[in-house]
Amino acid sequence: MELLISLIIGLLTAVGVFLVLRGRTFPVVLGLTVLSYAVNLFIFSAGRLVIDGAAVLKSGLATPDPVPQALVLTAIVIGFAMTAFAVILAIRARADLGNDHVDGRLPEQSGEQK
Amino acid sequence: MLNLFWIPLLTLIGVFVSLSANRVSRTACAYATAALPAAALAIVISYAPSVLDGEHFVEQFEWIPAVGLELAFRLDGFALLFALLILGIGLLVILYARYYLSEQDNMPRFYAMLILFMTAMLGIVLSENLIQLWLFWELTSISSFLLISFWNHKSEARKGARMALTITGMGGLALFAGILLIGQVVGSFNLTDVLAQGDLIRGSELYPYILVLVLLGAFTKSAQFPFHFWLPHAMAAPTPVSAYLHSATMVKAGIFLMARLYPALAGTDMWFLIVTLTGLATLLVGAYMALFKHDLKGLLAYSTISHLGLITLLLGLNSKLAAVAATFHIINHATFKASLFMAAGIIDHETGSRDMRKLNGLWRYMPHTAMLAMVAALAMAGVPLLNGFLSKEMFFAETLQQGSLGALSWILPVLATVAGIFSVAYSLRFIHDVFFNGEPINLPKTPHEPPRYMKIPVEILVALCFVVGIAPGLVVAEILHSAATSLLQGETPYYSLAIWHGFNFPLLMSFIALLGGIVVYATRKQLFEFQAQFPERDAKAIFDQNIKRIVDAATRIYGTLENGSLQRYTMLFILSVALFTTVPMTKLINLEGARPLLPVDGISIVATIILVVSTLVTLIWHRKRMIALIAVSVVGLIVSLIFARFSAPDLALTQLSVEVVTVILLMLALFFLPQVTAKAASPSSVVRDLGLATLIGGVMATISYAMMTHPQTSIADFFIANSKTGGGGTNVVNVILVDFRGFDTFGEITVLGIAGLGIYKLIARMKLFMPSADLNGIPWSNDHHPMMLATVSRALLPLALLVSAYIFLRGHNLPGGGFIAGLVTAVALILQYIANGVDFMRERSKLNYQWLISVGLIIAGATGMGSWLFGYPFLSSWFDYFYLPGIGKFELASAMLFDLGVYLTVIGSTLLILGNLGALTTHARPEESK
Repeated sequence: MELLISLIIGLLTAVGVFLVLRGRTFPVVLGLTVLSYAVNLFIFSAGRLVIDGAAVLKSGLATPDPVPQALVLTAIVIGFAMTAFAVILAIRARADLGNDHVDGRLPEQSGEQK
Repeated sequence: MLNLFWIPLLTLIGVFVSLSANRVSRTACAYATAALPAAALAIVISYAPSVLDGEHFVEQFEWIPAVGLELAFRLDGFALLFALLILGIGLLVILYARYYLSEQDNMPRFYAMLILFMTAMLGIVLSENLIQLWLFWELTSISSFLLISFWNHKSEARKGARMALTITGMGGLALFAGILLIGQVVGSFNLTDVLAQGDLIRGSELYPYILVLVLLGAFTKSAQFPFHFWLPHAMAAPTPVSAYLHSATMVKAGIFLMARLYPALAGTDMWFLIVTLTGLATLLVGAYMALFKHDLKGLLAYSTISHLGLITLLLGLNSKLAAVAATFHIINHATFKASLFMAAGIIDHETGSRDMRKLNGLWRYMPHTAMLAMVAALAMAGVPLLNGFLSKEMFFAETLQQGSLGALSWILPVLATVAGIFSVAYSLRFIHDVFFNGEPINLPKTPHEPPRYMKIPVEILVALCFVVGIAPGLVVAEILHSAATSLLQGETPYYSLAIWHGFNFPLLMSFIALLGGIVVYATRKQLFEFQAQFPERDAKAIFDQNIKRIVDAATRIYGTLENGSLQRYTMLFILSVALFTTVPMTKLINLEGARPLLPVDGISIVATIILVVSTLVTLIWHRKRMIALIAVSVVGLIVSLIFARFSAPDLALTQLSVEVVTVILLMLALFFLPQVTAKAASPSSVVRDLGLATLIGGVMATISYAMMTHPQTSIADFFIANSKTGGGGTNVVNVILVDFRGFDTFGEITVLGIAGLGIYKLIARMKLFMPSADLNGIPWSNDHHPMMLATVSRALLPLALLVSAYIFLRGHNLPGGGFIAGLVTAVALILQYIANGVDFMRERSKLNYQWLISVGLIIAGATGMGSWLFGYPFLSSWFDYFYLPGIGKFELASAMLFDLGVYLTVIGSTLLILGNLGALTTHARPEESK
């Protein structure tokens, strides 16, 4: 199971990074979202994986580490705020600058087709 | 006894006095300016008797104790000498400047800057704490920059000021580094400790660095070779500034520093070599160059450089007697050089020129000034019966005593005599070329004597030259002794201040210097021709060129790093992350730890496959916006399932509800972003990014695997043990959020609120970029909101709100809580927006979301502060159990109130973002119908 989760984290990181490196805003926002999944899972897994643990204090059951969970819980919400901010920034940039490139201007060399 | 703090404080107040004296007459302005420095001088003098008796005063109070910084002042003999010079000559300069400045000059501004400089200088000499000393040191650089560029309409003044600031500023940085190292070695920045620990510093392996850094500071400030070139260019300053800063005080700050740290740093061969050789080079270069300057102030500037070199050389000799001689020469040079600068200023003022090729025969026009200037110049030449002679004799005697150069020790006295020859020659030139030597040539003004009071400062200083020269024992013996004692931090050796020591070598050297100087001056025509063969090396051009080179190099580096491409920055950032994670991973030997692995089951594999496929779909079709978005939402769902699977129901709930709002948000965003995402730039960059992504993904997977398989020690035990008893809740995650780490959560919801407000501002006044049709030219659908959805959603709303209230209330003991409940409420309300439209909601809901955020934050903050009322720290929580008939036993906790704040902030932020964005899409439609 640990191997599966590691692979998932690795894949999500790789795809997130690749998308974040794109030149247009929408893929970058997607990349940020994917990357935050990866990071959240990573932090969560720092508490080690526990199946059928006690979600709340209960005698007789293994209690999963609550600290990473608390961290990730707020990270998810803050991550949403960040994604939202990035999205709105992208929209605003397009409205003000007339294009959706992350640099706010189209690259000079014509390697790119519309 | 008055307080030492008042000395710099009074002059500092004086800055504002001068500034506010802009409506009174010029004379009144000068008097007002002089009042506070005079008071400061009175304080210094009131201390003088005890200091001369060998006492020293230290007063301090803590300023920033964490970095060893105190506000501490110290007055001992050496500081007293400098304080007297600074305040005494400062007052004379104030008087002189009153007549020197013209009607057009802004006199209050000039005086303010002059007094600011005086404060800084006093701060240096009176500082007990080295860091504090450095602060004042930098302040002198800045105020001198302002003073040099006082006539800022002149290009040379601006350039000269910039050059002085650059050089002394660089030295200041070096000095700061040196001081920090001293503090590291000694463990204190207080002079008393530092001076007492000389052996420790000299023995430390940091000593070479300390020495070089401190000396860099001193040499740049005191215009030592090869940093001397800024001083002649600083002569673009008004002459009172030159007299004050560039002869008597600021350039002495470097000397002061060397002398002050003499007990801590001197006494080694390294000190001898660096300081003596630098001083010697400066002495010779300055003396030689001075002779060839046609500008009066240029001559004086190089002569100042030469004399500063002389003092440095003396300090470098590692002999106590030489240190006494250095102290003596500091006094003498300050008096005769300041008076010479003032005389040069008078000549400039009354003739309109400083060019010695034009200035001739002024004796007939201004005999009084000529007399004063000649006496001062003779003192500079070292003629007997004047003060310069005495210290120069001591200097010659010391060079003879020096044996550190072994068989080559004779070089020092010989070169000293050579410098003496040139010094006599340029002094003669100052006298003969200006006051005799024929008639003035093409002067802009007819020369005449200056106003009476303009001469008084010169007269006082020249009188001092005389009195010290004739009766040194009466006038300076006491202060010299006390200054030298505190410089050396020990008894001074025996020395005699007599004028006549009998026929000896130093006297012979003086004689040779005098005679040689006359010969050199007599043959000056040939010398000038000889000198003219060399191409003129313009220090300014070289300096400018070097500065330009540095700026160009910096621009190049900056240009490569910051070319405005976000993609590039992101790439560099991720690349460095990859490097920092890859390298340590190569050193990890046991990838798999001792923790037993969990078994894999079929559902997990299926879920993993779905996740992998949807991730890949996102990757491959990231330009197909809809598909990518759907794929991403599938990924998010699986992630929340993973949380649920591994015993984290709170996370699963949060992830699920965030997923919903994120997808809605991205859907809305699609409307405003281009309908087609342009193709990526080039295949090579795709390959590069893929490579980087694969690398970092691989590293992350490895780290995760290693981490998950290794056993763990966590701080969680504390939280688990205290959750129920201390926080009153069985849902440990929620108790951590609202209780143990409530302060973090408070910060987080604040960030959330700020993000919401920031987005609100970004949306406001946005110039909309609105497509009226899709890519194929089909206009947007104008349908009404679907009735089924509208009806069902309205019925659902109370139910959803009930659920969220339930999730909220049970949060402390069961999965749930403010974050999740807030998100659920937000989703329920957003559903109403989607189903019924913005207008429908606007008519019915009067909720102001900014207001909601503020209320949420205020509730959370007030709950935290509430614990102060009961004498507990911020955010201490309280809980108890109650019993109500019909309901049963229930718990009340202050943490719930805090959670309510979280709940409201989350709702407010989410709806502020989505509601506003949604409103835009609705209202922007061109063919929007009512």
